[in-house]
Amino acid sequence: MILDLGLIDYEDAYRAQREFVNRRKLGEIEDSIIVAEHKPVFTIGRIGKMENLLVDDRALAEHGIKVLRVDRGGDITFHGPGQLILYPIIDLKKRRRDLHQYLRSLEDVVIRYLQGCSIRAERIYGKTGVWVKGKKIAAIGIAVSGWVTYHGLSVNLNVDLDFFSMINPCGMKDVKVTSLANILNKNVTMDEAKVNILFHFNDIFNLGGSEFAGRRCTPLA
Amino acid sequence: MTDVKLPFLAQGVEKATITYWHRDVGDSIKEGEDLVELATDKATFNLPSPVSGILKEVKASDGEEVRVGQIIAKIE
Repeated sequence: MILDLGLIDYEDAYRAQREFVNRRKLGEIEDSIIVAEHKPVFTIGRIGKMENLLVDDRALAEHGIKVLRVDRGGDITFHGPGQLILYPIIDLKKRRRDLHQYLRSLEDVVIRYLQGCSIRAERIYGKTGVWVKGKKIAAIGIAVSGWVTYHGLSVNLNVDLDFFSMINPCGMKDVKVTSLANILNKNVTMDEAKVNILFHFNDIFNLGGSEFAGRRCTPLA
Repeated sequence: MTDVKLPFLAQGVEKATITYWHRDVGDSIKEGEDLVELATDKATFNLPSPVSGILKEVKASDGEEVRVGQIIAKIE
C-alpha cells in the first residue's frame, strides 16, 4: 500500500508510521510505504547531540522551526518543504534480517532514481546516505520494531538548503548538502519525483501492486 | 527464567549501544512487545520480548555497548 500524506507535520506522519507498523505486525497490511513532505523541523536521532544544533531558540522561533527528539538512528537532520520523504514499513523477517543491508538498499533506491535523472550519485563507506560530488543529497535514518521498519529517507529536491547551515548535518561538521534543483539548475516537481522514486523503490523491494506501475525517470537534462 | 540475548543485527556488526529500555525491572511485558532499543550506525533496533513475564534483571544500561549473543536481560 502507498499512503501519500502530502505536506504534513512530522508528528502526524510519525503517528501514521507507528499505526502502520502495528498493523504490519498483525498482518493486517502488506509491506507498505508512506510518502510525505514536512513543514520545517529539525529532528535529532537517539544518538544525536544538541551541540549539532547551531542556532538558539530565538532563531528557531523566527524561522518557525521545531526541534524534535526522535527514535531513529543517526544524529540531527532537517526536513522541510521541497524534500521528498519516504517511510517504508517493511517486515524484514520475510526478507533479510540485516539492518545495514536494508540501509544499503535504501541508498540504492536513491542512486538509481538519480541515475535516471542523469545524476551520478554514490555512497561513501561509513557515511550512510547518498552523495553527489561529495555533497549529501539524501539522508537516511531508520528504526525497526520486531524487524518491521519505520522512519526512512529524505531526498532534497528543491528544499531551501540554507536551513542546513543551522546544524551539523548528521552530526558531522564538514558535511555539505545539495539538492536536485541545485545540481540540475531547474525545479523538479514533487509529483514527478514521487512517481519515479517509487518505481525504483518497487524495483528494488519488489512490493508488487499496480500502484507502483510508475515509469522510469525521463531524463530532465 | 528466560535469557534475552542480543540477536544478529547486520553483517559485520558485533556490537550495538543500548539507547532505551522500554520497561523497568519489575515491570511486566508481553511476548512480542518492544523490550529494549539499541542503536547501530543509522539504525535503531527494538528487540521484542521473546516471552510474556516480569522483567527480572537488565545486564546493561543506556549508553552501554553490548555484543551480539550477549545476555542483556532476564525475564520470568
